[in-house]
Amino acid sequence: MSELNSKIPEGPLAEKWDNYKEHAKLVNPANKRKLEVIVVGTGLAGASAAASLAELGYSVKAFCFQDSPRRAHSIAAQGGINAAKNYKNDGDSVFRLFYDTIKGGDFRAREANVYRLADVSRNIIDQCVAQGVPFARDYGGLLDNRSFGGSQVSRTFYARGQTGQQLLLGAYGALERQIGLGNVKMYSRHEMVEVVTIDGKARGIIARNLITGELERYFGHAVILATGGYGNVFFLSTSAMGSNVTAAWKAHKKGAYFGNPCFTQIHPTCIPVTGEYQSKLTLMSESLRNDGRVWVPKTKEDAKAIREGKKTAADIKEDERDYYLERKYPSFGNLSPRDIASRAAKEACDDGRGIVPSGLGVFLDFADAIKRLGVDVVKARYGELFPMYKNITNEDPLKTPMKIYPAVHYTMGGLWVDYELMTSVQGLYCLGEANFSDHGANRLGASALMQGLADGYFVIPYTIGNYLSSEIFTKAIPTDHPAFVEAESVAKERAEKLIGTKGKKTVDDFHKQLGKIMWEYCGMARTAEGLTHARKLIQDLRKEFWSNVNIPGTLYEFNPEFDKAGRVADFIELGELMVIDALNRNESCGGHFRLEYQDEGEAKRDDEKYAYVSAWEHTSVDADPILHKEELVYENIKLQVRSYK
Amino acid sequence: MKFNLKVWRQKNAKAEGKLVDYTIDNIIPDMSFLEMVDVLNDNLVRKGEDPIAFDHDCREGICGMCSMYISGRAHGPQHAATTCQLYMRSFKDGDTIYVEPFRAGAFPIIKDLVTDRSAFDRIISKGGFVSVNTGQAQDANNLPVDKAFAEKAMDAAACIGCGACVAACPNSAAMLFVSAKISQLALLPQGGPERNNRAINMVNQMDEEGFGSCTNIGACEAECPKEIKLTNIARMNREYLVASLINE
Ligand SMILES: Cc1cc2nc3c(=O)[nH]c(=O)nc-3n(C[C@H](O)[C@H](O)[C@H](O)COP(=O)(O)OP(=O)(O)OC[C@H]3O[C@@H](n4cnc5c(N)ncnc54)[C@H](O)[C@@H]3O)c2cc1C
Ligand code: SF4
Ligand code: FES
Repeated sequence: MSELNSKIPEGPLAEKWDNYKEHAKLVNPANKRKLEVIVVGTGLAGASAAASLAELGYSVKAFCFQDSPRRAHSIAAQGGINAAKNYKNDGDSVFRLFYDTIKGGDFRAREANVYRLADVSRNIIDQCVAQGVPFARDYGGLLDNRSFGGSQVSRTFYARGQTGQQLLLGAYGALERQIGLGNVKMYSRHEMVEVVTIDGKARGIIARNLITGELERYFGHAVILATGGYGNVFFLSTSAMGSNVTAAWKAHKKGAYFGNPCFTQIHPTCIPVTGEYQSKLTLMSESLRNDGRVWVPKTKEDAKAIREGKKTAADIKEDERDYYLERKYPSFGNLSPRDIASRAAKEACDDGRGIVPSGLGVFLDFADAIKRLGVDVVKARYGELFPMYKNITNEDPLKTPMKIYPAVHYTMGGLWVDYELMTSVQGLYCLGEANFSDHGANRLGASALMQGLADGYFVIPYTIGNYLSSEIFTKAIPTDHPAFVEAESVAKERAEKLIGTKGKKTVDDFHKQLGKIMWEYCGMARTAEGLTHARKLIQDLRKEFWSNVNIPGTLYEFNPEFDKAGRVADFIELGELMVIDALNRNESCGGHFRLEYQDEGEAKRDDEKYAYVSAWEHTSVDADPILHKEELVYENIKLQVRSYK
Repeated sequence: MKFNLKVWRQKNAKAEGKLVDYTIDNIIPDMSFLEMVDVLNDNLVRKGEDPIAFDHDCREGICGMCSMYISGRAHGPQHAATTCQLYMRSFKDGDTIYVEPFRAGAFPIIKDLVTDRSAFDRIISKGGFVSVNTGQAQDANNLPVDKAFAEKAMDAAACIGCGACVAACPNSAAMLFVSAKISQLALLPQGGPERNNRAINMVNQMDEEGFGSCTNIGACEAECPKEIKLTNIARMNREYLVASLINE
């Protein structure tokens, strides 16, 4: 399909990126100042992009919905960031990181992109350390590493349990520096609600000022979306309350294809759900699996006794415990990748051996690590995580095992982008978790931070020049251009319809309902029958939403309920696309597990038929989307059954 | 559990605000404070009333967005916790709880419990960074850093920019926040070359934003959810003094 050109450069894998950079067109410094770039999102991807582009001399406008760019959800990442530095001399290399990422993604990612990611990973660490990011160090003063799920080398850099925070504050500092210098204009508490296209090219956005409620128009020669993941389509997830798909979804409706929407990651180590009132789920970093051992009792009777409070973990003797990850996957054990560890937890609980009252929970036990290393070392290694767990659950993981269960955590799917990170709309780019690019069907731990920063610091500054070099004669388009007027009126009409509905159910009622449908039918185990049913349920929910939602207040004021409603409306539409995608993919791979396609619980891929990226084109909300396929060509690795045994 | 709430309601920046009484019942001790407010808001929306506006996002104690002044304490009674990490088990059944915004002249109220803390961003834009453009860095391990200093820098870097220190301070001083960033970068070799300008520029901006001055009360440290230490303020004062002498 000609329109789905992924623009992968010629040459051997290891030379593609250098080749590209050497031949990409450049913009001269005097012209850069005249070129305006819009960056929506100030997480790792957006902040690093906005700062780097401003450093190069472009005029940048940056947007985020929080009150400050520093609060993007990247801040919550705990565990670490991968880089192929091989500082540990344990056999790591760019190729190995590349290979682990492709394999971790169950062979559903694009070779060239992933290799570039592994390659620039090393520059990221250099850049961040130079910015003053306080990574963990050893006694010699050199950088420390730990291992993360899905890899056998120690390549994860970390800053206590606050890696995302420290990386983001580094990028935020760089961004604030450019704001101070006048090279970036920052719009906080602004939510993008439309992309403006003129003659097929992205030329700006419509944003809602969340304080006044006014719609505002902004022009850019190019538009970059770095708006994060859409895990909140499940209502409960480890995302922040405001995380949304709105920006990506609006772009999708304007012609940007959506790649692999059904690839969602369910993270194995989160605090289990305890009640209906719960507003979000809290992740306990995967790094805990370095020292924690996952288990449930061998017998259903013991599990039942624990659920009923008649026994505790301590009452279950060593040989009565099932360390199921160690048993099933001896070579990776507790460090098995997320999709595998999550499914194994579900299996144990489905078998009646869950250890929390709801039946949905397993133990993560640090007793052995404490015996081996001492309490102080274990405490120091996991910084804030233990107190955080204790604060939320009222139980001390140093004394009794943690209780965990899988929860929605990350979305591998997102807007389809080519090698240059451009979507199928000219001049519209997508970076970070919001794009579909590098993680295939399952993301390895500590790779999202790496990808966000790779995209923002080291990829987009080169690739956007290749496009903007042909835009130097385009003058800034005044925002009274009909395309801006039209986009604004679409947003306005929609907003008025929403607020005018004055129905009976709250926004959260709908959001929770959608979440339940998604979790049940499009969560850890999916079937054709369930997905077909879910699609119908979602369509009905959408109709009900638009006729029965109740949003208090007015449009032109600070109105968080309205903000939420707009996001939920888009989640409902996205939910349907996810179900369609999951139904189309008649195989199991990574986070997408179709019960019909398995070998005794292990995912069964179908490389013959499904070694492609699904890129969906929007038609209308009431009609089927059109599927475009990007065939995945593997020239440097062999497709294999993904085994961690 | 049941509670009597007295919540600050203020329609917008210009309107006058007042404390409004609400009672709420059937609260579970394991609920977070914000989930309790969610329940209250849900009730209000169903009754056709305007829900209480409040800032929040991560609900994990790390983004720094939540910011309630609860019964006279920034982020409430629990030590070293943000509002979102405060659980209802910290209260007694039947308690009366006051809920107000973080108050300070430099944090104008936007609506109800939501304030404008962009002054913090402007302070950071004056020097809360190392001026290293993308691509200019040398290999990360070329410059070893004493672990003890790295750890101290990390302690200071833990600040989430919530503003509780300002809200807790009778002078509305922002010294703890500003000193945390200045300390982090002063403790690391990477921050060295710019340390003098950083201290002067950030402190000047802090004054310009209208934050008060420090009279060594220590309320900031007591209320800081990330346990940022007063010693950072001492370090900032020293940085500022040295910088002033050099700039003479
Ligand atoms: C709890 C948790 C722990 C994690 N731990 C790790 C880890 O240890 N290692 C790892 O590699 N990854 C981890 N991840 C994943 C990783 O943190 C994220 O994938 C990554 O940080 C996403 O960065 P981003 O820049 O793409 O998006 P985000 O950081 O989510 O930023 C999105 C930005 O877009 C803005 N935005 C969104 N919508 C709009 C709109 N409509 N209008 C205007 N602005 C908008 C937001 O304001 C924000 O600024 C973790 C994730 C979570 C949730
Ligand atoms: S110093 Fe503490 S109280 Fe002040 S902004 Fe930072 S984290 Fe919040
Ligand atoms: S909501 Fe993020 S710190 Fe409380």
